[in-house]
Amino acid sequence: MERIPVLRMGPLLLITIQIDMHDKLALQLQDDVTQRISEWGSTGVLIDISSLEIVDSFIGRMLANIAAMSRVLGADTVVVGMQPAVAITLVELGMSLPGVRTALSVEAGMELLYGASSLTQSGIADERSEA
Amino acid sequence: MNVLKRELLPLKSSNDVVIARQRVRQSSIGLRFSLVDQTKLVTAASELARNVLDHGNGGEMTVEELANGSRTGIRLTFEDWGPGIANIEQALTDGFTTGSGMGLGLGGSKRLVNEFSIESEVGKGTKVTVARWR
Repeated sequence: MERIPVLRMGPLLLITIQIDMHDKLALQLQDDVTQRISEWGSTGVLIDISSLEIVDSFIGRMLANIAAMSRVLGADTVVVGMQPAVAITLVELGMSLPGVRTALSVEAGMELLYGASSLTQSGIADERSEA
Repeated sequence: MNVLKRELLPLKSSNDVVIARQRVRQSSIGLRFSLVDQTKLVTAASELARNVLDHGNGGEMTVEELANGSRTGIRLTFEDWGPGIANIEQALTDGFTTGSGMGLGLGGSKRLVNEFSIESEVGKGTKVTVARWR
């Protein structure tokens, strides 16, 4: 079956959504992420949506669900790379993704996650503590 | 008003919703809609197509490319033969839902288009027509 890959990078899960998802695929991703968190003890989830041309209420709900479920399992979620046209449309649709942390780029998202779990990895946390 | 092109697409599975979105995107690029306008129309189409599937037990979407003088636009008609909507005003209210969704589908998509109309009869089905002009 078709699946969106969930990659493990140290304590984080990395997910890049690069295809126009149908609804079942979105639900599958929700299951996979929670499964991986509990299996690998991940403390952060980074979801890159820079390739998504639209986020409708279904996908928005999926992102909010992943963030909430991860939270309950002890992991923080950051959604990164939303296109400006998608942001405008999403807010007009009536969804501002409450409870979902966002960042402009993968780098900014990583920094948020490493900061949140106070991990000393790849110098990011070190730089922060000096600042 | 002239209809330049008309196409009918089935909405029977969640994959049909993906195809419908892509078809609307193609028309809006063809008529040189701005990226924000494309995104709004495709998002509205996605919401309405999913409604047809989830609440109307499937149906169809008609895409029409329109010309009105110097203006061009796209009209989308979503039709199902499902249970219909008893209280349309309530269905258009943000947050009202009969399913597991967030209740943003109808009211939200109305905000994303220039024209919106809905006809529904209990036991017969629902027809939603939207248009966006360039």
